Amino acid sequence: MFPFYDAGAISALVCGALFGFVLENSGFGSPCKLTAQFRLSDWSVLKVMFTAIVVAATGLWLMRVAGLMEADAVYVPTSLLVASAIGGALVGAGFAVGGYCPGTSVVGMFSGRIDALVFIVGLVLGTFVFAGLYGPAIEAIMAMGEVQTGDTFSDAWGIPDWLLIAIMAVALVAVFHFGSWFERRSRGPVAADEAVAGAGPADVSDRA
Amino acid sequence: MSYAVPSSGHRPVKPFWPPFAAGVALGLVLLLTFVLTGHGLGATGASTRLAAWLGMEVAPAATTANEYLGPMTEGGNPLSSWISWQVVGVAIGALVAAFLGGRLRIQFDGARSVGTGKRVVTALVGGLLSGFGARVAAGCTSGLGLSGAATLGIAAFVFLGTFFVFGLVVSRLVRGV
Repeated sequence: MFPFYDAGAISALVCGALFGFVLENSGFGSPCKLTAQFRLSDWSVLKVMFTAIVVAATGLWLMRVAGLMEADAVYVPTSLLVASAIGGALVGAGFAVGGYCPGTSVVGMFSGRIDALVFIVGLVLGTFVFAGLYGPAIEAIMAMGEVQTGDTFSDAWGIPDWLLIAIMAVALVAVFHFGSWFERRSRGPVAADEAVAGAGPADVSDRA
Repeated sequence: MSYAVPSSGHRPVKPFWPPFAAGVALGLVLLLTFVLTGHGLGATGASTRLAAWLGMEVAPAATTANEYLGPMTEGGNPLSSWISWQVVGVAIGALVAAFLGGRLRIQFDGARSVGTGKRVVTALVGGLLSGFGARVAAGCTSGLGLSGAATLGIAAFVFLGTFFVFGLVVSRLVRGV
């Protein structure tokens, strides 16, 4: 029966190295490419992330259906809706301003980007600010809006896993379709040579 | 405008993987992680532990007394955890990929479009917002968004929803890179 619940350094290094390898090859070390998602000229972030979610969710579901994995065998984040919404908003704003999210800043730094190191310094500072303010008030806000019936759509509202995955698969097709349409109407995805040259949106927008 | 990269001393720049292929690869890596460990991939688990470790180096009394960072310092070195090693792995994987793809360049990215001074500020402020936000949500784009969504967790979809809405809005107000 899976999973193995391995907590050792080897599995961490292997999974992390594969993660970093794929992210860099996706172009996600480049802040210019990452933020082009929010300018709607490069949909790689949504396309890659959404595809990965559908693939992994389908794999986990198939393992549950085949009896290889218990329903509650993997960690599911607690359904704290207010904390997730505030956190998502701040990480999204930080992504738009700073050009990275926490994971991609590591990829940026190890593809040679010094600005990614500055972002990581900011990450640690943000953690200190949070720790400094942490107390009953923040805890109360973070505990708000919890879905009491469960953490997943099936537990909380009885939506079957296969139905949710099917809806996501349809949405994935839509993301590729409309994303590519937006890309054709704008300057299009940031290519590897442009990303390596540190091309900013001002440099690349005139390249019709 | 051309983007010819000086050929001397650099490997030829290889293109990025097509998004669908990259997404399938990322999904399989995520699935492998779940099968091996019972949880997904992450990032800010490590930066939080780095903060706890730095706190212990600089101000141990204040750090152990802190309600948030204190508990992380109780079991010895806060850095010795699965997530810290995983982020070391991310660094190695990214370095290898950038080298093999001819995309390894020491540069201050974004300086060309917004200027070096402004780029320092945007990178720092962006990191700060992101670091604070990830602690409120107890996860970031990888740990909560990507990994949580694969487990069909409600919190992950809420996080990704506000992540994209605020990213879209803020990128219209501020040019960061």
